[in-house]
Amino acid sequence: MRIDHARLFALIKKETLQIIRDPSSIAIAIGLPVVLLFIFGYGVSLDAKHVPVGVVADNPGAETADFVSGLRQSEYFEPIGFGSMAEAQEALMKGDVNSVIWMKSDFGRKIRGNGASIGVFVNGVDANTARLIEGYLTGVWGQWLKRRAVMSFGTDAGQGAVLESRIWFNPDVRSRNYLVPGLIAVIMTLTGALLTAMVVAREWERGTMEALMSTPVTIGEILAGKVIPYFVLGMGGMGLSVVMAVYLFNVPFHGSYIVLFIASSLYLLAALGMGLLISTFARSQFVAGQVAIIATYLPAFILSGFIFDIRSMPLPIRILTHVIPARYFVSILQTVFSAGDVYPVILSNTMALIVIASFFMGIVAIKSKKRLR
Amino acid sequence: MFGRVLALVIKEFLALLRDKQGRFVLIGPPVIQLIVFGYAATFDLKDVPYVVYDEDRSLASRELLARFSGSKAFEKVADVLDEGSIGPMIDNEKALLAIHIERNFERDLIQGRHAAVQVIIDGRNSNTAMLSLNYVNEIVERFNEDLSRRYGIRGAPARLDIRAWFNPNLESRWFIVPGIVGLLTLVVTLIVTALSIAREREAGTFDQLLVTPLSPFEILLGKIIPGMIIGLLEASFIIIVTVYWFGIPLRGSILALYLGLALFILSAIGVGLMISSFAVTQQQGLLGAFLFLVPAVTLSGFATPIANMPVIVQRLTLINPFRYFLVVAREVFLEGAGAGLLVNQYWPMAVIGAVSLSTAAWMFRRRMY
Amino acid sequence: MPSSRPDRASDEGPSCAVSARRLNKTFIAGGRSIKAVDDLSVDIKPRAITGLVGPDGAGKTTFMRMILGLLAPDGGEITVFGRDVADDSGEVQANAGYMPQRFGLYEDLSVLENMELYGDLKGLSRDMRKARYEGLFKMSGLAPFTLRLAGRLSGGMKQKLGLICTLLSSPRLLVLDEPTVGVDPLSRRELWAIVDHMVEREEMTVILSTAYLDEAERCSDVILMHEGRLIRQAGPKDFTDMVAGQSFMVTAPSLGKRALRQRLSGVKGVIDSTIQADGVRLVVQKGMDPAASVPGVCPQASVSPVPARFEDAFVFLVRQKETPVSADSMTHDAGFDVPAASNAANGVIEVDIPAAGCQPEGTPALDDLHDVIVVKGLERWFGGFCAVKKVSFSVKKGEIFGLLGANGAGKSTTFRMLCGLLPPSGGHLEVAAEDLRNAPARARAKIGYMAQKFSLYVNLTVAQNLEFFAGAYNLKGIQKKERIDWALREFELEPYKDTTSNDLPLGYKQRLALAAALMHGPQILFLDEPTSGVDPIARREFWTRINVLAESGVTVLVTTHFMEEAEYCDRLVIMAQGEVLAMGVPDELKARYLPDVPHVTMEDVFISILEGRGA
Repeated sequence: MRIDHARLFALIKKETLQIIRDPSSIAIAIGLPVVLLFIFGYGVSLDAKHVPVGVVADNPGAETADFVSGLRQSEYFEPIGFGSMAEAQEALMKGDVNSVIWMKSDFGRKIRGNGASIGVFVNGVDANTARLIEGYLTGVWGQWLKRRAVMSFGTDAGQGAVLESRIWFNPDVRSRNYLVPGLIAVIMTLTGALLTAMVVAREWERGTMEALMSTPVTIGEILAGKVIPYFVLGMGGMGLSVVMAVYLFNVPFHGSYIVLFIASSLYLLAALGMGLLISTFARSQFVAGQVAIIATYLPAFILSGFIFDIRSMPLPIRILTHVIPARYFVSILQTVFSAGDVYPVILSNTMALIVIASFFMGIVAIKSKKRLR
Repeated sequence: MFGRVLALVIKEFLALLRDKQGRFVLIGPPVIQLIVFGYAATFDLKDVPYVVYDEDRSLASRELLARFSGSKAFEKVADVLDEGSIGPMIDNEKALLAIHIERNFERDLIQGRHAAVQVIIDGRNSNTAMLSLNYVNEIVERFNEDLSRRYGIRGAPARLDIRAWFNPNLESRWFIVPGIVGLLTLVVTLIVTALSIAREREAGTFDQLLVTPLSPFEILLGKIIPGMIIGLLEASFIIIVTVYWFGIPLRGSILALYLGLALFILSAIGVGLMISSFAVTQQQGLLGAFLFLVPAVTLSGFATPIANMPVIVQRLTLINPFRYFLVVAREVFLEGAGAGLLVNQYWPMAVIGAVSLSTAAWMFRRRMY
Repeated sequence: MPSSRPDRASDEGPSCAVSARRLNKTFIAGGRSIKAVDDLSVDIKPRAITGLVGPDGAGKTTFMRMILGLLAPDGGEITVFGRDVADDSGEVQANAGYMPQRFGLYEDLSVLENMELYGDLKGLSRDMRKARYEGLFKMSGLAPFTLRLAGRLSGGMKQKLGLICTLLSSPRLLVLDEPTVGVDPLSRRELWAIVDHMVEREEMTVILSTAYLDEAERCSDVILMHEGRLIRQAGPKDFTDMVAGQSFMVTAPSLGKRALRQRLSGVKGVIDSTIQADGVRLVVQKGMDPAASVPGVCPQASVSPVPARFEDAFVFLVRQKETPVSADSMTHDAGFDVPAASNAANGVIEVDIPAAGCQPEGTPALDDLHDVIVVKGLERWFGGFCAVKKVSFSVKKGEIFGLLGANGAGKSTTFRMLCGLLPPSGGHLEVAAEDLRNAPARARAKIGYMAQKFSLYVNLTVAQNLEFFAGAYNLKGIQKKERIDWALREFELEPYKDTTSNDLPLGYKQRLALAAALMHGPQILFLDEPTSGVDPIARREFWTRINVLAESGVTVLVTTHFMEEAEYCDRLVIMAQGEVLAMGVPDELKARYLPDVPHVTMEDVFISILEGRGA
């Protein structure tokens, strides 16, 4: 494709002026990313803390009080006492507490002997939170037993196998540390695919495309005239997101910026390719916007591993995620932020991005003709 | 008046359904999202890849490991022979966790000494990490219990007897799918209403309406009724799929669900029309709907609990109608709630609906030119 | 890129600038295939203006796009200055300037930025720019607005900017697609002045399509197309010579112009009748002598022959081409069928005013002597800008009242305030004794409204649209059915009943819009530029209906910048910059402003008033 620099520069200048003067471009490229970053940086968290739990002790005594104080010391729970199981169940139904711990009347007696059991009722509606509560509770319970064992026998031995766990990369297990990096993929999809598809459709709608096409401008120049400004805008959005992630939300960054830059560029090219591809058939902003949201934004949100781990998905959907460029980028982002430059992960995902980006760009180059319909 | 509003309603339906794009908006995204959300939006772990470094190679270690390989949640990808190989496996995402059983595990176990099982977990996705740690914990606990029973070793003096209510197998799908009823209803109602006035403005038909004897109230009613009917139909379709395809139990009163649904749709229409009365072009309408939807969905408790949010954000969610409907949907579906228990969810939606509709009506009168 | 234009002297060779041979192009729309260009072979002369005329859907735009290589023909070939467009579209585009119907100006770029963009895209060298810009700005009068955003320009200025953008690189071939649509007469003259200048000074070849047939007379060669086919290519004079002796002027001072036209149009052998100046202009069949047959319908009329105009030839040729309507008439994109042409266009039409029962109850009949529309000191401000300044006029029952003005004169704003779509900032207005903005629904039932662009529901069928408007106007049961049947019958929409209105030919869309506005038998009809972009044949038809309505007592308020349509008005106001410059009966205005010129047209009056004011 022949590219004339003066013409290309003129197109880029025009596009830049339009971006600056059109409030909706700014809203998509800057406004929406900032809103999303704040929501995910501050608002959303999967880490349950201070969960209200109802505690019912049929026969209160030293043991029950000791266990409740054990609960209170953990940052995960906020124990609330109830006089009877009926009251506690009602609170559980109403959603005032998330779970109820029931120590029956023989708890104190049996705990000194053997075979005491504590009844725990968890509201299972939110399965994820319920699982986490289960886990935390098991942990607190184990700690308490160990402490008792040390107190009575002077040792914690004989408890069977003891689990010693280490969580790498994110020892505080903060969900923000993986949500915010993954969000960068979503944000770049907005600029790369949604905004680009819509601005090209706008040129068709307003008749400016027909006027452009009657000039000596080549199709390569028109495409490059779109890709370059939105590439810069998208990379700007990425830079902004990284700065906010690291300095505002204190997400650790262990990798190197050069790797991040290369991977982001490749992903952005893929997103631009998708946006331009959409605009080759969707020539109204309405259709282009709808298609871009369904074909690029939603998959980047749901099928990329950004919130929902791909490993949890059923096999057919897992296979489907392989055609979604965001999944490779999210994987790179989470690795570069939390783990550092782990080259095997980065290289394989980068390869995939190169393949997808060149695929989309190739189709766009073939499909775009300097012709009207 | 009835005749005029009826004419408007019929026109609105025809305009929507005769249009390829309109039909697509009503059918395409909901079906795609239902499938994607229903299957992909899950936190339940399956086939977590793990590596084993078993230094002990004893009966006890093999028995413990057998429990992992027998679990659906885990899938072994490799046995390694030295500690150094574990790191790269986790770094490269070949394995999410590593189980390291030290030499003398069996001996320590029998002698009642400190018998450690080390677990290393990839924390890049902290939620997955926490969940898999919990699974590991459960397996180890079960192992200990069986061990104590079999060998008479003094085991734990007491055990936790955990039972989950409403969702005994703790399936995320039971949590997510009733939420989709609200999510899709919200998206469809909002898109339909947020664009409707802007579309008429762009096409010039809005002026044409204003010069007829139709009053602004009638025009508004002519937008509300179709939105309500479409929302209810859409929701009913999703409810049927939820119950019969995804097999989610519908335990409570259908009446309570539909009461909540009607109030929810009303508030969604209010927000949609409010956006519509501000927007001059369809593009602005689409953008406005999008700018409302993204926070409304993320800050609703749909995927992440409101209780985990900072207090200030929690307060902010009070103006989000979706948050209330999510409670209604989940309580009716899973907890078998009736209308009585849900009053506190109904009235905020009614208030939001009333406020947004009056704002829309007011804006609508002011922006009549 | 250095200018790759070959030396002009070297290719004086080809005697034609554009040559098309057996050109074909078919579109598929809504499952039907439409032959947009059908076996077209023409040659276009260099260094001259060639006009492209024809009814809607004649294939003019498609042909132009193919000349520029923006559309590939299905069959046939085109060469431009000897180069095959199919092989060398880049070279053709480098030497051509094209202004599409809606010229793609970037509205959020300023005038200068738009110029710079097209200058860069066309490879205009930096040092040439300054002089070129200056010349073009001077010619177009845009010099004071170089920093204004293109979106803030008036319609006429936008067209001028579009034109000078295409002229930037002095193209050898200039292709203009309806450059003067929606442009007021003054801007139209300026646009033409620029084009004439280019042909004269820079020896450009110009191809221009237009719906204003007086413009065809300014071309040196005219191509008349119909349904994709070439009907005739000749100089405008040849066209008019063809119908020489067939044009007459009939005057009958004692009879109203409208009534006269209605009677004349029924006379056998009359092909066309239009109201002009103080009488009715007739085009008759060859050999017919109206002096002999006219007294039969109107004894007091005087008949005198007048010179033929291009428009006469156009109507004559297009009418000839029209074939009887067949079951598959929908395959033609230009939807003129014979009943339409022979009835409506010739004025034989019954537009009955609905029975009294159709009126909302309790409405007093409007007094004949009363002013139906009263406007006093009407004002409208947009921020600090005054769009309408103290406008006053009144309209009597049964009058056709025109609101004339250049683009941005404030006529649309006035119009919208009258309809209650826009609140006035000051002054008093009354329509049927009420202010429509705050009036009860009952008052709005008295008016009908037809917007400038087609504004019915495009994805509803014809019948569904009528059904809806009948419902919105409170019609019920049998009455509703009767009115819908009436509309389908009167506007000859029956065959299109189940067609989605978006797929209707333009002329039919306009009929449908009028039918919807008349559903409830309004007493006052508001028409905002009702015929903008509509071809001359459909325009005639439309005015025939309006005439009949007015004769039956409906008051009509119309905005227009088609000055020939002003002739249909009983009274009119001419507005500029928000003020009323002149008001009165057309003949009076002619006598007042241009008393010494014979056969003066409204356009001459309009321009003299505006120029007299230095606007």
